[in-house]
Amino acid sequence: MSEPHAAPRSGSDYETVLTGSPATVAAFDTHEKGALQKVQHFLHSSPAAVPLIVLVLSIILFGVVLGEKFFSAFTLTLILQQVAIVGIVGAAQTLVILTAGIDLSVGAIMVLSSVVMGQFTFRYGLPPTVAILAGFAVGAFCGWINGILVARMKLPPFIVTLGMWQIVLASNFLYSANETIRSQDIAQNAPILQLFGENLRIGGAVFTYGVIAMVLLVALLWYVLNNTAWGRHVYAVGDDPDAAELAGVNVRRMLISVYTLSGIICAFAGWTLIGRIGSVSPTAGQFTNIESITAVVIGGLSLFGGRGSILGMLFGALIVGVFSLGLRLIGTDPQWTYLLIGVLIIAAVAIDQWIRKVAS
Amino acid sequence: MTSEPILSARGLVKRYGRVTALDHADFDLYPGEILAVIGDNGAGKSSMIKAISGAVVPDEGEIRLEGRPVHFRSPLEAREAGIETVYQNLALSPALSIADNMFLGRELRKPGFTGKWLRKLDRGAMENFAREKLSELGLMTIQNINQAVETLSGGQRQGVAVARAAAFGSKVIILDEPTAALGVKESRRVLELILDVRGRGIPIVLISHNMPHVFEVADRIHIHRLGKRLTVINPKDYSMSDAVALMTGAKAPEEPVVA
Amino acid sequence: MKNSLYATAFSALAFGMILSAPAQAQDVSACLITKTDTNPFFVKMKEGATEKAKELGVNLKSYAGKIDGDSESQVAAIETCIADGAKGILLTASDTKGIVPAVQKARDAGILVIALDTPLEPLGAADMTFATDNLRAGELIGQWAAATLGDAATDARIGFLNLTPSQPSVDVLRNQGFMKGFGIDVADINRIGDENDPRIVGHDVTNGNEEGGRTAMENLLQQDPTINVVHTINEPAAAGAFEALKSVGRENDVLIVSVDGGCPGVKNVAEGIIGATSQQYPLLMASMGIEAIKNFADTGEKPKATEGKNFVDTGVALVTDKPVDGVESIDTKEGMDKCWG
Repeated sequence: MSEPHAAPRSGSDYETVLTGSPATVAAFDTHEKGALQKVQHFLHSSPAAVPLIVLVLSIILFGVVLGEKFFSAFTLTLILQQVAIVGIVGAAQTLVILTAGIDLSVGAIMVLSSVVMGQFTFRYGLPPTVAILAGFAVGAFCGWINGILVARMKLPPFIVTLGMWQIVLASNFLYSANETIRSQDIAQNAPILQLFGENLRIGGAVFTYGVIAMVLLVALLWYVLNNTAWGRHVYAVGDDPDAAELAGVNVRRMLISVYTLSGIICAFAGWTLIGRIGSVSPTAGQFTNIESITAVVIGGLSLFGGRGSILGMLFGALIVGVFSLGLRLIGTDPQWTYLLIGVLIIAAVAIDQWIRKVAS
Repeated sequence: MTSEPILSARGLVKRYGRVTALDHADFDLYPGEILAVIGDNGAGKSSMIKAISGAVVPDEGEIRLEGRPVHFRSPLEAREAGIETVYQNLALSPALSIADNMFLGRELRKPGFTGKWLRKLDRGAMENFAREKLSELGLMTIQNINQAVETLSGGQRQGVAVARAAAFGSKVIILDEPTAALGVKESRRVLELILDVRGRGIPIVLISHNMPHVFEVADRIHIHRLGKRLTVINPKDYSMSDAVALMTGAKAPEEPVVA
Repeated sequence: MKNSLYATAFSALAFGMILSAPAQAQDVSACLITKTDTNPFFVKMKEGATEKAKELGVNLKSYAGKIDGDSESQVAAIETCIADGAKGILLTASDTKGIVPAVQKARDAGILVIALDTPLEPLGAADMTFATDNLRAGELIGQWAAATLGDAATDARIGFLNLTPSQPSVDVLRNQGFMKGFGIDVADINRIGDENDPRIVGHDVTNGNEEGGRTAMENLLQQDPTINVVHTINEPAAAGAFEALKSVGRENDVLIVSVDGGCPGVKNVAEGIIGATSQQYPLLMASMGIEAIKNFADTGEKPKATEGKNFVDTGVALVTDKPVDGVESIDTKEGMDKCWG
C-alpha cells in the first residue's frame, strides 16, 4: 500500500483515526510505477512476450552473422520442420504442465503409437486408416491411465509418468522387436502413414503438412485454453486445485481429461513422426520428453502450473530450433548448442520467478 | 425474531475417533440477520460450520434449509442448494482474472453457434455481470475486471470472494474469518461490505475471533462451547468481556438459549 | 504359526540349495552383458550366444543396460556375475573407460573377460576383444565411393553423419576409415574434424537414428547444397538422410554409404537408397565368444588375436550391387542371407 500509515494507535479508540484517512482500500492500485515495474507488469500480463522477443532477437542475430544462408524462406521453414514434432508433443506437455503436472511419458507414447500404426498395417494387414485409429486409441489409453493414477490415486505426476515412460518404452520394444519398417515399404503400401511428410511449397518456403498441423494444433489449443470453460479450468486447477474444487471445478475429471488428451496428441505426434523420418522406428524419439519440457520452460510456462501461454511453448521450441541450426551453420561443436540451451532454461525460470513477484 | 429460521440444525454430532467435536449442537440463522459464531479454539465451531456447508457429514442430527431437511455430501451440493461459503483461503485462483474467478465453475457461453459448437465463452457478458456485482457492493473502484486476482490487495480479494458468493442468488453466505488476514483499514472496508450484503437481504454467518468486529456488525452472537451451542446473546445487552467469559466458561449463561 | 512358516521356508531354501549345488558345479557359466537388449544388433548377439551356449552346455545369463550409455547397470551386472561364479563375461561396454575397474575386479576373480564389438580403453583392459574392424569397415565404403565416382572423386562434396558429439571410438574408426579409403588425409587418426581437405563439407551428429539422420542431413545441406557423397554411421541414419535428400529432390544424385548390414539396411542397398554398406556379424562375435569361454574353462587357455591385429577380427564384408574393381564385395542377396535384425 502506498498510502501513509495510520497515525499512532492507542487503546480501544484506535480505529477512530481511520475516519480521517481515505476509504479507498479496495481501490485499484494506481500509484506511480517505475519503468522496470511497468515491464514486469507487462510481462506478467503477456507471458509469451519474453520468448517471442528472444526468438526474434536470435533470428536477427543469426541472420546478421550468417546472411542469406540463414535468413531465407527455405531455412526458416526448415527450422519449422525440425521443430514440428517437439512442437506437437510440447502442446501435450503444455496442457499437463499447466495443471502443475509433468509428463515424462510423452515421447514413449508417441513412439509406441507410431509403432502400432505401422505394425497393425504391416504385421496384421489392417487398412492403414484402422491402424492409425488404433494408434490413437493406444495413445489415449496410456494417457488415460496416467490421468487415473494422478487424479484418483493421487500419485505424483512425476512418478506416475516416470513409470509410464518405462512401461510404454518396454512395451514398444517388446512389441516391435525393434523392427524398423522401411520408408520405401510404407510409401508403397500405406502412403497415408507418411501424410504429414507431404509438403506445400510457396516460393522457397517449404511447409510440410506436419508443420501446418503443428501450427493449427497450437492455435486450436490456444483458443480452447483461453475461450472455453474447460480451458479456464485447466489454468484454475494448475493454479490452486483446492480453490478450483471449492469454486466448483471437478478437478479429478479435469485432470483425467488433460492426461488423456495429452496421450491423444502424442499419438498424433507419432503419426507426424512417420511423415518426418519416413520409416517407423522404435528407437526414435528417445529425448522427446526432455525436449518438450525444454520448449515449455523456455516458453515461459511455469512448472508450478497455472501460468503461461501455449504460444510461449511454440516460441520456446522455435528458439531451440533456431539455435541448433544457427550454431551448426556457424560450425560450432554441437556441445555448444546444448550448453546454450541449458543457459536458456535457467534464464527462463529465473525470469519466471521475477515476473511472479508482481503478485506480492 | 418471529419468522422461521432460514437455516437451522438440531442435535448435530460429529466424532473423530474418541474425540467428540460436535455434541448435539444446535444452530439457527434467521432471514436478513448477521449471526456471529464465536468460540474458543477446539470448541467445535469449525466442525459445525463444515457440517452446515457440506464439508463434513455429521454422524447424527438434522439440518434444515428453509424448513426442508437437507443432506449435503460435498461443499458443491451445499452451494447448489444456496449456501455459499467464503473460505479463509478464499478459494480464488490467483493467476486468473476477477471475471474468470467469479464465474469459475459456472461460466457463461455465447449464444448460438459459437457457444454451442465452439463452446466459446461470452466474455463480454461475464465481465459486465462481474462489474455490475462489484459496483453493487461498492467495489467498483477496481478498475480492470481482467486483472489477475494475485495483483489485488488482501481486502480486494476478500471483496471479490464475497461478491462472488453474493452474486448468484445465494440464500445464505458463510464467512470464515474474513478479517483475520487483513490490516486495520482493510478490515473496516470488509465490515462495511458485510453490512452491504446484509442490506441486500442475504443472511450471513460470520465466524470470527475478533470481538470488536463481531460486536460491531452482528445482530446476534452464537457462543459455542464444548461441542455445542452454549447460548445466543444480543450484542447490545452484553459486553465483550461478558462474551469472552461465557466463551471460556468463566461465566454461566443466564438463560439457556434466546431464540 | 509364524515360526513354522519360517521353518518351512528355510527348509525349502536349504533343500533347494542342496539340489542346485551339484548342478552348478558341473556347468560352465557365462555372462553376456550388452548395451541394451532392444537394439537388433544386440538381440542378434544374444541369439548367437544363446544358441552356442546351448550347444556347448554352457549356462548363459544375459544382462543389459537400460539405455545406451547406462554404465551403472553394466557394472552391477559384472558384480552379479562375479558373485555368481561365472567363468567368463562377454561385454559390449557403454562406457569404455569407466567400466575398466569393474572389469579388472572380474579378471582378478579369475574370470575371462571378452569385449564384444566395442573395444575397451585401453584395449588391454579386457583379456581379448572380438569385434568388427571398424576402421576396415569405413575404409571399404570409402574405397567403394571413390572408385564409383571415378574422376569426379577429386572434386566431391562430402558430408559426414556421425554418432554423438563425444566421438566414441566406433564413430572415429568408421569416419577416419572412410577418409582413408576415399583418399583424404586424416591428420590425427584418433580425431574427427581436424582434417583440412576442401572436399569435406562438414560433420554432424545423428544419435544413430532416422530422426537424427534427417536433421543432420538438412543441416549439412544448408551448409552446402551441392553435397554429393554422404558417409553415415549406420543404416538408420542413412535412411533419415535419404528422407532429407528426397525432400529437396536430391535423392538420385547423392551417394550414401553406411556401416552395419542390418536387414532393412541391406534392403535399402538392394533398392539403391544406400550405395554400399559394410556388414558386420554380431552373431559370430557372440558365438565365438562363448566358444572361447568354454575353451578357457576346459583348458585354461585364453583366445589369441587375429594375426597382425590386436583383437579377434570377426569379419566385415562390403555389400553392394554395384561392385567396383579393386574392392571385394558381396551382392545384396548374399547380404540378406547374413543380415541381422
